[in-house]
Amino acid sequence: MNASRRKVPSRFLSRPHASRSPSSRRLMAALLSATAFGISAQALADDPIKVGILHSLSGTMAISESTLKDTVEMLIEQQNEQGGLLGRQLEAVVVDPASNWPLFAERARELLSQHEVDVVFGTWTSVSRKAVLPVFEELNGLLFYPVQYEGEESSENVFYTGAAPNQQAIPAVEYLINEVGIERFVLAGTDYVYPRTTNRILETFLKEEHGIADEDIMINYTPFGHSDWQNIVSDIRRFGSEGKPTAVVSTVNGDANVPFYRELANQGVDAADIPVIAFSVGEQELSGIDTGPLVGHLAAWNYFMSVDTDINYDFIDAWIDYTGDEEAVTNDPMEAHFIGFNMWAEAVRKAGTTDPDAIKDAIIGVTVPNLTGGFAAMMPNHHITKPVLIGEVQDNGQFDIVWETPSTVAGDAWSDFLPGSRDLMADWQAPMRCGNFNVSTGRCGGSTAAEEAEAALAE
Amino acid sequence: MRNFPLPRPASAEAGLGDAHRRAWRRPLTLLAGLFVLLGTLITMPTVQAQDAVAIELLEALDVSSYPAKGEAITAIAESEDERARDWLSALLEGRLQRTDEGRFVIVLDNSGRDWPVADALSGEALGTMSRRDLDRIGINNALRNQLRSVIAVVDLYASDVGLRRASAERLLGEVDADLAEPLAGLIEQEEDARVRQRLTQALAIHRLEQGDILAIEHLDGSLHPRVRVALARATADSDNTELADAAQTALNNIEQTLRLNRAAETLYFGLSMGSVLMLAAIGLAITFGVMGVINMAHGELIMLGAYSTWMMQQLFPGQPGLALLLSIPVGFLVAALAGIAIERSVIQFLKGRPLETLLATFGVSLILQQLVRTAISPLNRTVVTPEWMSGSLVINDALSLTLNRMYVLGFSLLVFAGLLLIMRRTRLGLEVRAVTQNRAMARSMGIRATRVDILTFALGSGVAGLAGVALSQLTNVGPNLGQNYIIDSFMVVVFGGVGNLWGTLVAGLSLGVINQVLEPWAGAVLAKIIVLVFIILFIQKRPRGLFPQKGRAAEG
Repeated sequence: MNASRRKVPSRFLSRPHASRSPSSRRLMAALLSATAFGISAQALADDPIKVGILHSLSGTMAISESTLKDTVEMLIEQQNEQGGLLGRQLEAVVVDPASNWPLFAERARELLSQHEVDVVFGTWTSVSRKAVLPVFEELNGLLFYPVQYEGEESSENVFYTGAAPNQQAIPAVEYLINEVGIERFVLAGTDYVYPRTTNRILETFLKEEHGIADEDIMINYTPFGHSDWQNIVSDIRRFGSEGKPTAVVSTVNGDANVPFYRELANQGVDAADIPVIAFSVGEQELSGIDTGPLVGHLAAWNYFMSVDTDINYDFIDAWIDYTGDEEAVTNDPMEAHFIGFNMWAEAVRKAGTTDPDAIKDAIIGVTVPNLTGGFAAMMPNHHITKPVLIGEVQDNGQFDIVWETPSTVAGDAWSDFLPGSRDLMADWQAPMRCGNFNVSTGRCGGSTAAEEAEAALAE
Repeated sequence: MRNFPLPRPASAEAGLGDAHRRAWRRPLTLLAGLFVLLGTLITMPTVQAQDAVAIELLEALDVSSYPAKGEAITAIAESEDERARDWLSALLEGRLQRTDEGRFVIVLDNSGRDWPVADALSGEALGTMSRRDLDRIGINNALRNQLRSVIAVVDLYASDVGLRRASAERLLGEVDADLAEPLAGLIEQEEDARVRQRLTQALAIHRLEQGDILAIEHLDGSLHPRVRVALARATADSDNTELADAAQTALNNIEQTLRLNRAAETLYFGLSMGSVLMLAAIGLAITFGVMGVINMAHGELIMLGAYSTWMMQQLFPGQPGLALLLSIPVGFLVAALAGIAIERSVIQFLKGRPLETLLATFGVSLILQQLVRTAISPLNRTVVTPEWMSGSLVINDALSLTLNRMYVLGFSLLVFAGLLLIMRRTRLGLEVRAVTQNRAMARSMGIRATRVDILTFALGSGVAGLAGVALSQLTNVGPNLGQNYIIDSFMVVVFGGVGNLWGTLVAGLSLGVINQVLEPWAGAVLAKIIVLVFIILFIQKRPRGLFPQKGRAAEG
């Protein structure tokens, strides 16, 4: 009965607030939730909660983002099977920003003002997140961002469910130094903002905290989609054969990884001699390569498909059933969406409404299970707590977890290892409500603090 | 039962000399083997007792602390159990697992959700088990190193020369006092020259570390990085200046040879990169160079070739080599047919209007990309590299040439020679040249110009398909494959001189070499920019490229 009604395009249904501006809509929702809830619930039951999905389905990023779209759709379907939220069904609104950064902003605006979605799950690259940020702040939308990123940002309207550098890069390097005994580092990355910022943070960290000398750090950047790795791998091999144990910290992104690992294997760079620890290589990236020669190379994430918990196996089974592909893999950003979606759903239940301002207040402190057997909590800086796992590549394209942090780590929006951001903190709770509070001057920096940090970075 | 005990790892602490010595007193002979066989039959009833010991040994592995696991590995290696090597290599590969009931099993195949397993003690197959019910005994890189060393020491006594070679390779720089003694005897007995040389070097590194100046003569001239590290350490030894000087002389010799090797390596890198550029561009040299059609969908024709390799590998699972060979004609045909379709449906209507052709073919390229995304998948596809194409050809310790790139280099030269032959020696080649030089005149001589157009475009597209087959062995097979090569292809054709196949060859190879020479000191990003700037300047000076076409036809 209800299901058949859901199929009717929503514009044919009676929508009490279709023509109102977002602010009056918020007022309306607040009034509704504050007053007689029983009456309004019936009226709202016809109107589904709209969940926007802003992931590229075409273009370069489709390789990574299209599975995330499917993940959110699966989560919505599961939620609907359990009766939806607040007695209303959920409805996915999918748009395709086509890996085109300006188009991301347009599509975000379309989702928020035209489709009037209640929440958006989306974006992958930092540049696409930066592109949609002003739109979400202007129209007061909610964005759940599922990918590990370089930090140096905290927006009132964005929830960062992926890892900040202190939840991935820093623990990974500490593992290499303390557990593997690495003394020399190659920082190899693709030439754009995430690798450059992460490598800046790591360089300062290695020099200041561990006294690694300049000549023991080699930094190398390659263009997007770089496919000729012969010279670089041969350099790495030479750099690593000078007596000190060496490791490669790789922020190489996307497609370029396949030829990189292939060249490593062909030139006989063995994980036992020079391990490569990657921050952007997960199960999905490995599904494009024969992993036999890569066994023992490392990756740092907050989730691996091989995590041995029942909740994870249930998630994998659901995913395989949903995609109908026996070989389908799960990965870290999918877990981030799983956590983000459940957090949002929990906040909606807690607030009794989908109003963005109510959700923003309700979601801080919300705790939901993650897939690794623990819990994730939303912190006041809109980052979440995550365990950090180090995995070694296996011959079946999976990771074997060899190390994990004893407890979860809370995400730090502003790194302690960059000059411009050391003194900043973010807290979106009343009374502070500031994304870049400077603890040395005692002022909320407004938007200039982020620029200062960037300027310090470019120096 | 194996007729030698498993010695302890080279890295383990004191007291392992005995194991090696015992191993030495038992030569591997047929007679001994027979006795052991008999012994196995007689000792059958004690299997139960043995299993109790074995279970204890394996239980020790199932702890969370990695150092404790290391000790357990040593204990297994020291036990004289004949299954020890199987356990250790299963552990190394992550296939030694435990069921929920605590039984130790070896996973035979770990793909999918249910895995076939065999009992670790009896070796008896137990059918398939769900991965939920299995717990893996995990190892890390440190343990992996230890396991490899342990297995290497065992394999020194193997009868298979391949195993002995690998093991000798492994032991370089890992010899300690306890291993040194049996090693000296082993070198004398060794029949294989390569194993003997390696073991001598391994022993010499150990002796050098002990301050033995005579060891340097065995190390002189070796290019292996471990030898270099050992010599470099010796030069830093201030107590023994004589030794330090001798090591320095040897090191200088080595450095000199290394420089030569490095130059050879860069040249190879350049040629192989150049061959990829040339292969991607050579199809364009036909369609753009000879016919004058600006085909922006050229990259997507390359992509179709790469996808046909993937498709062939799906059709012939388990035979990647055969599939790859078959995909050469298939890739050519698929791309050629796609080319004909593009020519008939778009390009023929836009003859002589280059701007419109450019836009229209650009649209075709987007359509083809999205078609692959929707019809196949936006994700990259796995193309397996056949065994004979992976790894590298070892020239010496410092120089090894990667095999897949060597095959591509050879393949691209073959394709080039084939094309040259077609253009020079066949009727089609003659007609193509006639039509491109003077279309009206050629037609009046009875050449069917339209047919020649179709065939030429099909040939150029087919060659793009061949490039795709080769590229599937080097890079990602995905919808974006073509995009990454289209700019480079145009660059090579323009630089080489439009309409000249030789120009494409020389331009491709020289751009590859320039790029690889620049890369070590400029970085990959800057090297690419420098090459582009160089080409822009070059085109300013010589607008018609390296080998411009001459004669009346070129002016027209």
